[in-house]
Amino acid sequence: MYSAIVFLPLVGFLTAGLFGRWIGVRGSQLVTSGLLVASAALSVAAFVNVALGGVTEHVQILTWIDSGSFETDWRLRIDTLTSVMLVVVTSVSALVHIYSIGYMSHDPQQPRFFAYLSLFTFAMLALVTADNFVQLFFGWEGVGLASYLLIGFWYQKPSANAAAIKAFVVNRVGDFGLILGIATIFLMVGSVEFDTVFKAIPGLANKSFLFLGHEVPVVTTICLLLFMGAMGKSAQFMLHTWLPDAMEGPTPVSALIHAATMVTAGVFLVARCSPIFEYSETALTVVTFIGATTAFFAATIGLVQNDIKRVIAYSTCSQLGYMFAALGVGAYEVAMFHLFTHAFFKALLFLGSGSVIHAMDGEQDMRKMGGLYKLVPATYAMMLIGTLALTGFPLTAGYFSKDAIIEATFAGHNPVHMYAFGMTVFAAFLTSFYSWRLVFMTFHGTSRADHHTLEHAHESPLVMLVPLIVLAIGALGAGIVFKHYFIGEGHEAFWLEAIYRGTSNHIMHAMHEVPEWAANLPTVMMALGFGLSWYFYIARPDLPVELARTQAPLYKFLLNKWYFDELYDWILVKPAFWIGRTFWKFGDGRIIDGIGPDGVAARVIDVTRGVVRLQTGYVYHYAFAMLLGVAALATYFMLGGVH
Amino acid sequence: MSMINDGNILSLVTFLPVVGALLILLFRGDEATVARNARYAALWTTLATFVLSLYIWWNFDASTASFQFVQKVDWLGGAISYHMGVDGISVLFVILTTFLMPACILASWNSITTRVREYMIAFLILETLMIGVFCALDLVLFYLFFEGGLIPMFLIIGVWGGKRRIYASFKFFLYTLLGSVLMLLAIMAMYWDAGTTDIPALLAHDFSSSMQTWLWLAFFASFAVKMPMWPVHTWLPDAHVEAPTAGSVILAGIMLKMGGYGFLRFSLPMFPVASADFAPLIFALSVIAVVYTSLVALVQEDIKKLIAYSSIAHMGFVTMGIFAATQQGVQGGIFQMLSHGWVSGALFLCVGVIYDRLHTREIAAYGGLVNRMPLYAVAFMIFTMANVGLPGTSGFVGEFLTLVGTFKVNTWVAFIASTGVILSAAYALFLYRRVIFGALEKDTLKNILDLNMREVVTLAPLIAATIFFGVYPSPVFNVTSVSVEHLIANYTAAVEAHRVAEAGRTALDALHLIATR
Repeated sequence: MYSAIVFLPLVGFLTAGLFGRWIGVRGSQLVTSGLLVASAALSVAAFVNVALGGVTEHVQILTWIDSGSFETDWRLRIDTLTSVMLVVVTSVSALVHIYSIGYMSHDPQQPRFFAYLSLFTFAMLALVTADNFVQLFFGWEGVGLASYLLIGFWYQKPSANAAAIKAFVVNRVGDFGLILGIATIFLMVGSVEFDTVFKAIPGLANKSFLFLGHEVPVVTTICLLLFMGAMGKSAQFMLHTWLPDAMEGPTPVSALIHAATMVTAGVFLVARCSPIFEYSETALTVVTFIGATTAFFAATIGLVQNDIKRVIAYSTCSQLGYMFAALGVGAYEVAMFHLFTHAFFKALLFLGSGSVIHAMDGEQDMRKMGGLYKLVPATYAMMLIGTLALTGFPLTAGYFSKDAIIEATFAGHNPVHMYAFGMTVFAAFLTSFYSWRLVFMTFHGTSRADHHTLEHAHESPLVMLVPLIVLAIGALGAGIVFKHYFIGEGHEAFWLEAIYRGTSNHIMHAMHEVPEWAANLPTVMMALGFGLSWYFYIARPDLPVELARTQAPLYKFLLNKWYFDELYDWILVKPAFWIGRTFWKFGDGRIIDGIGPDGVAARVIDVTRGVVRLQTGYVYHYAFAMLLGVAALATYFMLGGVH
Repeated sequence: MSMINDGNILSLVTFLPVVGALLILLFRGDEATVARNARYAALWTTLATFVLSLYIWWNFDASTASFQFVQKVDWLGGAISYHMGVDGISVLFVILTTFLMPACILASWNSITTRVREYMIAFLILETLMIGVFCALDLVLFYLFFEGGLIPMFLIIGVWGGKRRIYASFKFFLYTLLGSVLMLLAIMAMYWDAGTTDIPALLAHDFSSSMQTWLWLAFFASFAVKMPMWPVHTWLPDAHVEAPTAGSVILAGIMLKMGGYGFLRFSLPMFPVASADFAPLIFALSVIAVVYTSLVALVQEDIKKLIAYSSIAHMGFVTMGIFAATQQGVQGGIFQMLSHGWVSGALFLCVGVIYDRLHTREIAAYGGLVNRMPLYAVAFMIFTMANVGLPGTSGFVGEFLTLVGTFKVNTWVAFIASTGVILSAAYALFLYRRVIFGALEKDTLKNILDLNMREVVTLAPLIAATIFFGVYPSPVFNVTSVSVEHLIANYTAAVEAHRVAEAGRTALDALHLIATR
């Protein structure tokens, strides 16, 4: 059963990828979606069996790399953490597959699209079922490849190609850390298998080793290197630049990969490595700091974006920051809970905005929308549910998970945790503001679209609306239903060994004892954000324009995303090309070839010229040379004869 | 006694291509007929050689580090003999060679139109010489094969090459010759010291540490050029650019591996003390190669040059892994060489496909090929990903193991080399984007055709190898593991013994000093 969950999408990928031409569009859709639905059903069964049944399963598949003491297998590990991810990945993926049947119906290359979606799902499942770090890395890179292919799906658009490369390369910067992290683990533990590594970590708690010429603490180094990988994949502050650009891909892709699943891989990694992170206070503090900063920073940019998908992309970035903030205070369960609920409402928001884009004939700029609620009422309702859940309206999914994160940071005990509390609370206000801004700009007010588009604006077909409804149910109910298991009374029985907690970590209890005002603060922030947004975009629509004009520098700063792209281009990309060209033309050309082969050849030619000049053709020159030779020989023998 | 047995199989595999070449020499008739027959004869010969070589892999005993399928015949007096044999380090290179050759012949099917007969003969002779390099167990024999390979390659580039073929072939020859001369001197010195050129005997011989230094340097000169290591790498881009497709495949796929094989067969086991002393030098050159050539690859305008520079970067991982002298480093290095053999070979074949259609290697001349060449785009994507080292392809296994193996020995080296992970993604995807993606706008490309049957047949086995060994590399590790263990055990023991002896001498000197006081 467990193997089937992972490999059914692979079968779908191979079928649609290799035989897409023969089975046709409909065939590809049915095969991939059908297999994904089957996989999702099995995942639910696995969830019941493993998470609710309280067991951990292993499935050995094949030996992978076996070199000396370095041994790693293809082996599945299914515990509570994995089964949660299985449910999230397969259910969202199945819904996205079905939704895409409608959304992509006009695209000429559908078999390829469905093949990529299934490939992605397979890689993601390989990632979450990994039993060792190298297999995890396989899934990690596999989702990166699928993401690259899907972002660049419309390969005729230069911007899509650029975004695809950027996503892959920026992720590789994170992978650089991840590889070194795995190498460090192998060096210190002699294994890359999760259980063995986790058992060995307590023994390394106070050890240090020589890394790049410095004695550094082992566990902290491992954690920070792994976290670097997580930062890349989960688009955290400084390695976030690829995520907004990734919106170049088709919208279902954004929902599946860049909201619900792949970008949460970093969160999963840290949660999976809780037995390591628990032994490094420093690393956890860094995680919280980066997470909280991202939560705030991405939200500020979300305030001013005009592309409907980019707003949601920055929102995703920000929500991932929340998850890391929770991980850093040691509340792994809370982070996973938010990951779980976020998958539903963020996929809902993306697919909903996809429905809007579909209705508007590909238009993504909110400045050209407005007043759409009459034209696409069902989509509007779904988007409202998604927004309520994201902003944390009481009793929706986000209310339970996001507020739990804010409470957990408050219950923390060091200054960085307080910083995280401040940042996440403020970000909650910003989240509410930009989310309602999106709703108001898109669905309310007077329409700013042109005639032509409006005449053709239509509600989406059922094949797109049904997935939205399913996700909406999740966005409304996932919090209240699963709170008990994920973070409530039942959390210990639910997670079992899947998440480790140090003896001094009592966050899961402390977070329930925060004062009333702190617990209610996020809800207040949500209301404030809604109010301000309403005032700006419904009551006084002239205000935002006015504000952007008076606060031009700040507005520009936010609109240009804190100038990160420009900075990286200036300090990394341009120099790399410049250095490359210098090495090539000057290093290889002038110095190495100049002194080496070309230089030697030139000297040989010089000598030859000299020799040629000797051949003058005059007999007396030759005679003179011979005479010299004879004299030299005679001298040599006479001297030799002296002895 | 059957005709094929353990005692003669290596010679059969080695010299079968020459038999094919002699056969082709006998062909008579008009030019077109001869050309066609020569193509088929060469294809069948290489296929037969490949099938025959599988006998070696099949019957190879992976549980021992000693040489197998040994054949020894006196030759040139007693001291030098015709001695052939393989162990876990060399055997797979033989298979790699025979595996790539049919692809080379197929790749030359239509693209070579002049002197087809001579071309095929040159390739078959080259195959014999290359297989011989990996089988030879006598230093002189090794040298003959090793240097002999230069001649057909020199001719292949010089006769069937591109516009600047003369410059390229001379550069190639000049560089390699410089190394060879020093190696020849070293071989003579070894003969005078050990009284034999027999490799197993030399492996057991102890060279004094000062002699090791000189011998190591002489061999290094030759192998570093072959690898090629920075800064003696500049012949490779030129040679690749000018060589016909199949020539590039052989250069990148096999001839580069002779350097790495040489390090493993001679430098590490015969001069362990010097190897340990010079390891930092190798590390430095390796990481420079990784970073430097990756950056250079980023700015190339010629597809073949880009892949050539990327080859140099990948070979940097190999030398780094080998001289880390850990199980993972060396096995990773061997795996990386094998994997790079078919991956870079395949990449050059891919370049050949579009070169045959458009007769240019300029990246700027292409763009949007996926619109008309979907199959080609898929194949090129798979090899690009293997080149980038994506897990699940064979490119990952070797690169990752060399990094892990080196990290144990020197974190700085592994750290810098790991940046190659980022850079390789940058240059490889940047190339892919410019050639394959985008809209198909150029008029010259409007009627370009996708892979034909011959090209599919050529590339399919390489795709299969890339994926298969990426997912299940055990067949390779099983074969190499015992020999590598043996190599490292001896190496470590020798280095340790030397260290103890040095320390002992210092202590003795100190005692002596005290006694004389």
